[in-house]
Amino acid sequence: MVLADNVGKKFGHHEVLKGVDLSVAKGDVTCLLGPSGSGKSTLLRCINHLERIDSGRLYVDGDLVGYRQEGRILHELDDRYIARQRTKIGMVFQRFNLFPHMTALENVMEAPRRVLKEPATEARRRATALLEQVGLADKAHHFPAQLSGGQQQRVAIARALAMKPELMLFDEPTSALDPELVGEVLKVMRELAASGMTMVVVTHEMGFAREAADQVVFLDNGVIVEQGTPSEVLGNPQHERTQSFLSRVL
Amino acid sequence: MSVSVDTPRRVDDFEVRKLRHPWRSVAAVIVGLAAVGVGWVFATNPNMDWPTVGAYLFAELTIRGLMVTLYLTVVSMLIGLVGGTVIAIMTLSHNPVLRAVATTYVTIFRGIPVLVQIIFWGFIGAFFPAVTIGVPFTDIVFFSSPTSALINSTTAAILALGLNEAAYASEIVRAGIQSVDSGQREASSALGMNRATTMQRIILPQAMRVVVPPMGNEVISLLKTSALVSVIAGNDLMTNLQQVYAQNYKVIPLLVVASVWYLIVTTLLSIGQSQLEKRFGRGVTSTLPSRVKRVSR
Ligand SMILES: Nc1ncnc2c1ncn2[C@@H]1O[C@H](COP(=O)(O)OP(=O)(O)OP(=O)(O)O)[C@@H](O)[C@H]1O
Ligand SMILES: [Mg+2]
Repeated sequence: MVLADNVGKKFGHHEVLKGVDLSVAKGDVTCLLGPSGSGKSTLLRCINHLERIDSGRLYVDGDLVGYRQEGRILHELDDRYIARQRTKIGMVFQRFNLFPHMTALENVMEAPRRVLKEPATEARRRATALLEQVGLADKAHHFPAQLSGGQQQRVAIARALAMKPELMLFDEPTSALDPELVGEVLKVMRELAASGMTMVVVTHEMGFAREAADQVVFLDNGVIVEQGTPSEVLGNPQHERTQSFLSRVL
Repeated sequence: MSVSVDTPRRVDDFEVRKLRHPWRSVAAVIVGLAAVGVGWVFATNPNMDWPTVGAYLFAELTIRGLMVTLYLTVVSMLIGLVGGTVIAIMTLSHNPVLRAVATTYVTIFRGIPVLVQIIFWGFIGAFFPAVTIGVPFTDIVFFSSPTSALINSTTAAILALGLNEAAYASEIVRAGIQSVDSGQREASSALGMNRATTMQRIILPQAMRVVVPPMGNEVISLLKTSALVSVIAGNDLMTNLQQVYAQNYKVIPLLVVASVWYLIVTTLLSIGQSQLEKRFGRGVTSTLPSRVKRVSR
């Protein structure tokens, strides 16, 4: 589903990703761990083409992200094609980024209406079902400011799912939440994983990584230091940097 | 503050003496005397000629001028709002050509005194005697008309005020757009929304909160600036009254008439503006009880 081949990304002279190789199979859940500043968010943003990569290749569902390849020439895609590629990828942010001037229902309906051009009745029907799926059927007409952090994040997940994505990216979805609200968001994510959604999750929730992940990837300083099953990476880390990181977060 | 003087407030067993502000009373007396003095000088000045003020306050030509002034203000403001939004979006565009055009526009229209711009538009006919639409460098002409037939003094006034206002409004709209959290744009992109949809559905509605209060100020300022169009005989309130005092020399009474009307309208607009500010300052919608508490303090 996702294939990163020697992906590099620089901000100015600062090399944030230094040749990342990563493969995520369809239906799998990959948890991305790593210390602050290691490039986790940058990698997610590259997958969604919110950042342009500087070297290597990145494929989502077999398509090159942001480029069209013709022989030995890479053509930059224009915004419209990139937007179309993004509709296949859902993204959930640390700070929710809900639209504050719209109700929960309107937040979920907006992209299907404007991007997929769904008729209002159809968009409303699906949005209602999605809010129900994340346990917020009764909050449909609340504005984000009237919802708790956990509820806002669940609306954000429903909003991303409304585009019928084949891949969901989560960037520390629970780290802006009060501890007692983390559980309700993780529960929704577990259900999503169980339903067969392909997910790449940046998280510090080791419990979630251990239970839900098929693959755990440890990123440090722009390179993948270690990857494998949760029991390998979390249970028996080989690399010294993984060990010291885990000893700090566990 | 609201504790009555007769029953001294008590904290536990202590009587509380209110802090006294003797200088406030002194200041009030001085200001009061000054106001009475100024009022007296105006009211009793034999040149004041109150009957003339009374005669012209509701005169037909005053009211007609006032209507033109209001019309100029409304139409110029609309041009300013629409033009300003377009220029603001161009200023923030990724396209360097659009950016350069927008920056140049703002530089020119903000940099030249509005009085000069009004006179320029008023005398545009001397500069371009005819307006012709056709294919350049050929004899093909679809349309041609003398400029004076297209641009009368009111149109010239609207063009001058509106184009000038667009430059100012664009800076306000730009600040509003930039005040919207970058996460909003990111979330919209991640949902596959294109730039135009994002701007229209997500960014501009949120920018409104920041844009509306200073725009209220712009309307008031534009109303007053419109008095300048009297230099090209724009048929507004100021033009009409000026034409009267040019004949009867009762300058001060007629200026009082003008001032009264400008004050009345700006006061009404200020009230409207503070209502708008309350509404938009409250948050994005008026049905947000939780947010009212947070923002209104
Ligand atoms: N737009 C940008 N411009 C310049 N530098 C950036 C930009 N975005 C990220 N960086 C830098 O790239 C590095 C990696 O950032 P990134 O956000 O990917 O880290 P992270 O692993 O997600 O960290 P955290 O756990 O704190 O979120 C950091 O040093 C950051 O300062
Ligand atoms: Mg991050």
